[in-house]
Amino acid sequence: MQQQSGKLLQQTMQHIGLTFISLLIAVLIGLPLGIWITRNKKAAGLVLGAAGVLQTIPSLALLGFMIPLLGIGPIPAITALFLYALLPVIRNTYAGINGVDPGVKEAAVAMGMTATQRLFRVDLILAFPVIMAGIRTATVINVGVATLAAYIAAGGLGEFIFGGIALNNTDMILAGAIPAALLAIVLDFLLSRVQRFGERRQRSALAFLPLIMLALSSFYVIPIGYSSRFLAGFTPEFMGRQDGDIGLRSAYGLKMRTVVISDAVMYKAIYNGKLDVISGYTTDGRLKAYDLITLEDDKKIFPPYYAAPVVRKEVLQKYDDLAPALNRLAGRINDSIMTLLNYRVEYLNQSPERCARDFLQSLGLYRPPRNGSKGLIRLGSKIFPEQYILTDIYAMLIRGYTDLEVESKTGLGGTIVCFEALTHGQIDMYPEYTGTALLAILRSPPALTGRLIGHRDSVYNYVRERFDKDYGLTWLAPIGFNNAYALMMRRGEARELGIQTISDLVNYQNRPKSGRNFKTAN
Amino acid sequence: MITVNNITKTFGQHKAVDNISFTVRDGETLVFLGTSGSGKTTLLKMINRLLEPDSGEILIDGRNVLHQRPEDLRRNIGYVFQNNGLFPHYTIEQNIGTVPRLLGWDKQRIARRVVDLMKELHLPPDEYRRSWPHELSGGQQQRVGIARALAADPPILLMDEPFGALDPITRARVRTDFKKLPALRSKTIVLVTHDVQEAFDLADRILLMDNGKMIQEGTPDQLLFHPSSRYVRDFLEEQRFSLEASRIEAGDYPALIRSFDQFKNRKE
Repeated sequence: MQQQSGKLLQQTMQHIGLTFISLLIAVLIGLPLGIWITRNKKAAGLVLGAAGVLQTIPSLALLGFMIPLLGIGPIPAITALFLYALLPVIRNTYAGINGVDPGVKEAAVAMGMTATQRLFRVDLILAFPVIMAGIRTATVINVGVATLAAYIAAGGLGEFIFGGIALNNTDMILAGAIPAALLAIVLDFLLSRVQRFGERRQRSALAFLPLIMLALSSFYVIPIGYSSRFLAGFTPEFMGRQDGDIGLRSAYGLKMRTVVISDAVMYKAIYNGKLDVISGYTTDGRLKAYDLITLEDDKKIFPPYYAAPVVRKEVLQKYDDLAPALNRLAGRINDSIMTLLNYRVEYLNQSPERCARDFLQSLGLYRPPRNGSKGLIRLGSKIFPEQYILTDIYAMLIRGYTDLEVESKTGLGGTIVCFEALTHGQIDMYPEYTGTALLAILRSPPALTGRLIGHRDSVYNYVRERFDKDYGLTWLAPIGFNNAYALMMRRGEARELGIQTISDLVNYQNRPKSGRNFKTAN
Repeated sequence: MITVNNITKTFGQHKAVDNISFTVRDGETLVFLGTSGSGKTTLLKMINRLLEPDSGEILIDGRNVLHQRPEDLRRNIGYVFQNNGLFPHYTIEQNIGTVPRLLGWDKQRIARRVVDLMKELHLPPDEYRRSWPHELSGGQQQRVGIARALAADPPILLMDEPFGALDPITRARVRTDFKKLPALRSKTIVLVTHDVQEAFDLADRILLMDNGKMIQEGTPDQLLFHPSSRYVRDFLEEQRFSLEASRIEAGDYPALIRSFDQFKNRKE
């Protein structure tokens, strides 16, 4: 708890820092730009239009655009936030100055003020409340969008929010969402005070504002962890799991500088050398696409995720040749074959159906469909390529080795949707993973999980028994591969440093430093 | 001395000021009189370069205004606006001290000057120095506007309908105070108005304008008694009696009666 509250404080500070650094830059650029377009009416439409277009880009997409240009971490996050804050600042500066009473403007000219004197003594001061309103808008937008910074390793309260969403942990979501909402409300209130305060003694307020913003910007300290040789990037989900970052620290004693990052950008980041170690799934096609290797979990902290078909018991009893047909796949796909199949579908854009046929033909298992007159089997799958491939393989096996016809209901969303469809008899089978069944469906207590996860068979046996007894569902023999959590590194670097297991990585991290001068770890 | 030669200003197709020439001698008050849209304000604004003429030249003490830095020119010419044009974010004191501050006077000198002017304009300094413009009445605001124009003691004062936004009673009072201002002695004043009474009340000479053109230029008496055209006569017709009456010396009853009879006959 102590640790969590410390983390909350750090994330809040980062959040404030991210918001204000980007805001400060937006003001430094937007204010002069807004002033400039009041004098160049032709440019006004163009500038406001361009800033408006930036505003309409979905925030996640904008962050996505930033990665190839600026990589991951605070710089792309601040850039994206800056772009969002730009429109309100420019627009309100423009509207504020244009809104100053023309009579007062003319009086300033007639008194003999120079253009600069008019700007600083009259226009900006009288436009101040409107400009401040723009800065307030930008602040509130930035507090919201800054939560997304957690996706690209820039920290902030989004780490809790997205971790909570991934883990389906409401407390964790609220731990991030409530401070973020409070932050927006409090900052808006404080700025409204500045705005009102500024209506009389404007000049001092104008001078103080950048100072305050600068002070708040300094809250952002680049996510600190340990000074270490490697930089790790873990998903929000991995960060919050016992069988994730927490386990790595307690079981392996791994101390590594770690940033939180989204699954979508993590692989690219390690490939480009922005990260050295990432969390991932062992059969992910991107392993091959980015030439990564998985480190062996030699202390067994990641629960096994062996895939196997889960079938309704009465269907198996009704059609006695179904189980033998499905079991032809048992033990035939190992991790690297599954990775390759995923790679072909995800990166070479081959159809799952073609991959399935190629694979079966290479094993000599493929048989053309029979007549399919005896009955109908409904196959379900979750929405990701690995499940599509498995479903297509099973469909071919059923058609080739039995007289049954197949109906595929692919894309049933997540685990719970598939499972519910199966227990309600809307589908007859789908491929499931032992770890998912244990943690997400059976929700096993931590003590039991801890006892089971060391051995692949014990988890399989446990879930098979419980599914049979509680739900009337049968786990057939495992397919072979284990799509578990893993730590990944670039192949070349791992080979060069002789790192094959997580323990190797820990040893390398903790070895006394030599050569380059690293700061001591704390 | 202000000398204006053959000045013309067009806005798009419309000739706002059409080939006008005149001079204002030092210490003299010249009034531009005309209906709205006659071009009188446009003409005024060209003197301190709030607008620039298309052709013609304006000389102040022999120097062409276009050859001076506009800021320097304007700091030496007081300007009073119809709607006072006070800076809403400046106190009365700051408003009046605007031009002296631009000219880099030291603080004590500005403060002394502000207090003197406020006293002269019947604005008790202790009461109003730190007030904001919106806290003052319309008449008081207009006095502040005049004080601001006079603050740096410029030799020339331009006034654009200075009493136009005030109600008739306040207008009469501010105008009377204005006429008696010691600070105005020896000032060269150019004033714009559409109010015939006001023009005759304040002017040494009047320049009557219509549709961008100068119709007649001369003393009030010349306009009244020797109108150059029917337009001038008609323009003054409404107020002829009161204008003539105010120009007849006190006690000269026969002249007064003569004037009234003429007025009656014309009416009938």
